[in-house]
Amino acid sequence: MAVFSIVLLYGPLIVMAFFSFNESRSVTLFTGFSWTWYQQAAGNERVQEAALLSLQIALVATIVATTVATMAGLATTRTKSFKALPVVYAIINQPLMVPEIVTAVGTLVFFGIIKQVTGVYGLGYLMLAHIVFCIPFAYMPIRARLEDMDLTYEHAAADLYATPWLAFKRVTFPLMLPGILAGAMLSFVISLDDVIISLLVAGPGETTLPIWMIGQLRRGLTPEVNAISTVLLGVTVLVVSLVFLLTIRKR
Amino acid sequence: MTPSKTDSSVDGSVAIEAINITKIFGSGADEVRALDDVSVTIRENEFFTLLGPSGCGKTTLLRLIAGFEHPTAGQILLSGSAIGHLPPFQRPVNTVFQNYALFPHMTVAQNIAFGLEMQGKPRAEIDDTVKQMLLLVRMQALAERQTSQLSGGQQQRVALARALAPRPNVLLLDEPLSALDLKLRKEMQIELKRLQHETGITFIFVTHDQEEALTMSDRVAVMNEGKIRQIGTPREIYDHPGERFVAHFIGETNFVEGELISANGSTGQVRLTSGAEVPASLPAERVAPGRVSLVIRPEHAELTENPDAGVFQGQIDNVVYFGTDTHYYLHLDDGTPFMVRLQNQRDEVSTFARGSRAGVTVKGNAAQVLLD
Ligand SMILES: Nc1ncnc2c1ncn2[C@@H]1O[C@H](COP(=O)(O)OP(=O)(O)O)[C@@H](O)[C@H]1O
Ligand SMILES: [Mg+2]
Repeated sequence: MAVFSIVLLYGPLIVMAFFSFNESRSVTLFTGFSWTWYQQAAGNERVQEAALLSLQIALVATIVATTVATMAGLATTRTKSFKALPVVYAIINQPLMVPEIVTAVGTLVFFGIIKQVTGVYGLGYLMLAHIVFCIPFAYMPIRARLEDMDLTYEHAAADLYATPWLAFKRVTFPLMLPGILAGAMLSFVISLDDVIISLLVAGPGETTLPIWMIGQLRRGLTPEVNAISTVLLGVTVLVVSLVFLLTIRKR
Repeated sequence: MTPSKTDSSVDGSVAIEAINITKIFGSGADEVRALDDVSVTIRENEFFTLLGPSGCGKTTLLRLIAGFEHPTAGQILLSGSAIGHLPPFQRPVNTVFQNYALFPHMTVAQNIAFGLEMQGKPRAEIDDTVKQMLLLVRMQALAERQTSQLSGGQQQRVALARALAPRPNVLLLDEPLSALDLKLRKEMQIELKRLQHETGITFIFVTHDQEEALTMSDRVAVMNEGKIRQIGTPREIYDHPGERFVAHFIGETNFVEGELISANGSTGQVRLTSGAEVPASLPAERVAPGRVSLVIRPEHAELTENPDAGVFQGQIDNVVYFGTDTHYYLHLDDGTPFMVRLQNQRDEVSTFARGSRAGVTVKGNAAQVLLD
């Protein structure tokens, strides 16, 4: 059963990656190794634009979401605990539980109202949506790291004449950095891979890489999409491995 | 000297003064009174120990002095001035934490330098002081080590060096030796005494180990359930415990009942249940004539071969040989258990055998009347 699951999980990915190196268009018959489809994808202006947009959004979403999540992590683990704490955790983690399509529709409606009232349009909405759904993913490893960190380190710093800011800079921050990096990387791939929310929230011309790929797939499977998917897969595997390395406990 | 609970008669300059400190955690049904009206004065250059069972409030008192907690009532003076409004990083007090809390992302030298850097000392001075501190705790060879690569004893030394480097007025040590094994603990006890002597810094040392408290301290405060039960030199505490808890907590003790028939200053006369009378030391607080409890240390009593002599008579239930001395467990004629400890002489054959009757004498006025 376990073997079956693993085959089902990884089989398609391996087949996809394998055929992205195929010389011919066929996705059933391997005729020879080549980089053709990668070259073609890289040369495609549409792909370039979409990739650039995706990277831009992912970068902004990562930076903002990680900053917010860091502050939320500090607030929920380093300030005097209060009774509402479980509620705060629930609120921060809520987006992880709500079906993404629901969040997407909600966001669409909400942004629609704002657009009508303010008359402001633009890429900002898509970025904001990405920031928001990235926050819980950034928050998880940061909070885990902070909860693992003994408070006495910060007490020791204060005891040794460190002002709250210096204690944060010299002790808390360096110690929580692995958690922050893990959160940032998770945010990055989550934003990069997102389809549903992007599809609904994106304005005209705001074509991210996954949206472009879906558009292509409607016209049939192409090795070009295969190649792009393989690159995305590679990035994801790399990032997830790094996150794993950063969050396994040292000592 | 007579035992006392408050020490108004402190001479020399005062390092720390706690005045009527009460600390309550939680509220309503969850309320915990960690400290209850605690007053204590600690002199400069003193090795002062807070001794008491787990949960009696020792750590809480240290945390109040360091500034991590605020008293519910009362105040703390440092060199005569109130420090209640100062955050921890502005108090010239350093702590050796129970689990050391060495910064895991810094080397030994960086850990020791941390306090000096935060104080804004010039680099040359910091490097100098770090070298001195490494020398002081004999860790020169390991300056560049990561703290995770140190043994428990070495971490202990680094924690000490780190806390001593900024030359605090007062060093707080929260059960610093409890994580070490027995041999290392004995070594570090001597080491701590040496450090205190060489630096001249006031040490406030927390332990639940009565032997450690007696061997290391200039003075000891014995605590129980958030209250200081007695303050004094180790000798005073051991020889003149003021109440049952202190006598029981420190060393081995016999408790006997009697009647105080006369009191004259710090000494009195007590009639025992056997009818014999013994002189006894009285606690500082006045004790009314009448029924009292007495403490007699096992080594302050002797056995007599004549079973009718002495101030008590009883039967020997058990004899336990300890090399340097022998413990005789008796029950007195009124039923009270009583232990006598006699030094062994070479080749001497004891005449006090299990099951035989013996008399008990008490040396001088070794008997101490308790407050409760
Ligand atoms: N932050 C806290 N919240 C609630 N109760 C506490 C807190 N700190 C200490 N206590 C309680 O106060 C009492 C004294 O604790 P502590 O000072 O740590 O004792 P000790 O160090 O002598 O073992 C204990 O009953 C402990 O449970
Ligand atoms: Mg404690």
